[in-house]
Amino acid sequence: MTNWFHPSVLFIFGAFLIPLFKGKARQTYLVLIPALAFIDVASMSQGTYWTYNFLGNEIIFGKVDKLSLIFAYVFTIAAFISIVYALHIDDYGQHIAAFLYVGSSIGVTFAGDYLTLFIFWEIMAFASVYLVFAQRGKASVDAGFRYILVHIAGGAFLLGGIVLHSIATGSILFGPLEKDGSLAFYLILIGFILNAAVPPLNAWLTDAYPEATVTGAVFMSAFTTKTAVYVLVRAFPGTELLVVLGVVMALYGVVYAVLENDCRRLLAYHIVSQVGYMVAGVGMGTEMALNGSVSHAFAHIIYKGLLFMGAGAVLYMTGIRKLTELGGLYKTMPITFVLYMVGGFAISAFPLFSGFVSKSMIVAAAQHDHRAAVTLLLTLASSGTFISLGLKLPYYMFFGKDSGIRVKEPPLNMLIGMGIAAFLCIAIGVFPGQLYSLLPHPVHFEPYTSDHITGALSILMFTALGFFMLVKKLKPEPAISIDTDWFYRKGAKVFMWFINNPAARIGAEINRAAFDIIPSSLNEISRGVYDEDIQRRPIGIWVLLSFILIFFYALIYMIFI
Amino acid sequence: MMIKRIVDYLGNPENAGRLKKLLYITLAVIVAADFLVPREHAAFFWDDIPGWSAVYGFISCVVIIIVSKAIGHAWLMKKEDYYD
Repeated sequence: MTNWFHPSVLFIFGAFLIPLFKGKARQTYLVLIPALAFIDVASMSQGTYWTYNFLGNEIIFGKVDKLSLIFAYVFTIAAFISIVYALHIDDYGQHIAAFLYVGSSIGVTFAGDYLTLFIFWEIMAFASVYLVFAQRGKASVDAGFRYILVHIAGGAFLLGGIVLHSIATGSILFGPLEKDGSLAFYLILIGFILNAAVPPLNAWLTDAYPEATVTGAVFMSAFTTKTAVYVLVRAFPGTELLVVLGVVMALYGVVYAVLENDCRRLLAYHIVSQVGYMVAGVGMGTEMALNGSVSHAFAHIIYKGLLFMGAGAVLYMTGIRKLTELGGLYKTMPITFVLYMVGGFAISAFPLFSGFVSKSMIVAAAQHDHRAAVTLLLTLASSGTFISLGLKLPYYMFFGKDSGIRVKEPPLNMLIGMGIAAFLCIAIGVFPGQLYSLLPHPVHFEPYTSDHITGALSILMFTALGFFMLVKKLKPEPAISIDTDWFYRKGAKVFMWFINNPAARIGAEINRAAFDIIPSSLNEISRGVYDEDIQRRPIGIWVLLSFILIFFYALIYMIFI
Repeated sequence: MMIKRIVDYLGNPENAGRLKKLLYITLAVIVAADFLVPREHAAFFWDDIPGWSAVYGFISCVVIIIVSKAIGHAWLMKKEDYYD
């Protein structure tokens, strides 16, 4: 039982040693840690490790089963790829934040109880926000604060749910939740789906990710939403509400991506869309659907990282984030283009690419369940994926109208990171057996049947035909689209106006009443007893306020307790 | 470099006509293949119709572009300085 070693320890304690190294030694160290963590995960056997007794509750750091293992595998792989892509960064603060972020995500994956889960959950939010702040500039700092505020609110929902759940059941063990419709059930669900970016709780993602650093966004695309998928698979399989939310999500991201002009925000909307497939799979809850969600999360982490790396490479070299200002980059960035396209084909689920063997499992699970609407709408969304990520973004970035920008390929380490991801996208697509053997349930699904191949190619290639017919209509426009962050961005302005104007005036009136009118009338009452020389006026008002406070406190106490 | 040559070929406007022809041939081959393959996994009636996916894919693409842009122009899209 003692021979198990928690990979988060490598990342979280390893993070603090980063400043001790410099130059090549630091680069070696940065690559070594995720490699060791991967070996650690690969040599684990299933079981329960590192359990402690804390205030009468059993807390478990190491719940190792097939479900937690597959996420740990892909998280360590993603950490390795992302850190290779980030090796040229000298700012060790970003590396520390990234390691803490990875470590805490893996901590959530192996958490066997809600307390451990919650603590790692919060570290994730605070570590990742640094990757937004590190970009500096007002837009990033503002977006970072909105990001962290939303996550703190989500954490509060989660904690509230955990407390109610532990009171009701007497256990903090993390596992499938009873679908009893209790408040605890819904609070935990809200906490989880906020991190999965389910609309209307999605705007933190599409607001903050495009404002993060080039390399930070690659990390962010992998971890937060996919730990949320993991906890949903663990706790909420078969929750029908998630089918509806997942399908809405898949289409929501598609619509916004068609409108989007900012390259990385477009990619972020397709995180929302793709996680929609996974959420819908969790909602269906059959073994095939859950396998589909888990395998899609695995494939998604790698191809989405690749897409963010590709768009990030363009941003890094040109400093431009808007499609309207890009174009014609194929002439000087052919390798970046080809590697990006591997990610584009993978997310669009072309045969021989990773998305084909994972996304289709979720759609097939919907078919098996005879959910006609879900099947049709998810297929529709996959056409939208190809429009935005396989056609629109590369077309306007690398081809389209020549912007005259001539930049070189990105640094070698960025190309290597992208190369590893591209290799895996194809390897998974060509040899899905290895991925399938890691899935939590036995797989009875064969992606490469002839009718499935012709069907998928028909959908995709006729989408391409439609794209080229309507390419003028799809032209990116220099505009932004309002999302649900409108409520707190405009809402905050209304709130501040309210505070500065009517509320401030009312406050001034209350102040006047409290310090002038009431005390002087009290003086009238207490005339004779009151001696201004020894009892200064403000004391009277504090006595009055204390009395009011105690009165209401007593009242609330008697009513509620 | 192989990659550079292929990418340059794709980007060269002179080849647009040839690439278009290649796309049409690909589409024809895919539809023809869809008529020939055995259908064992039909869950819904449309799964038995050859060419269904081609029609559905094309309609999906058109609907997504037109509906999204319509929603965007009518409601969601704002000037870039909207929040400033």
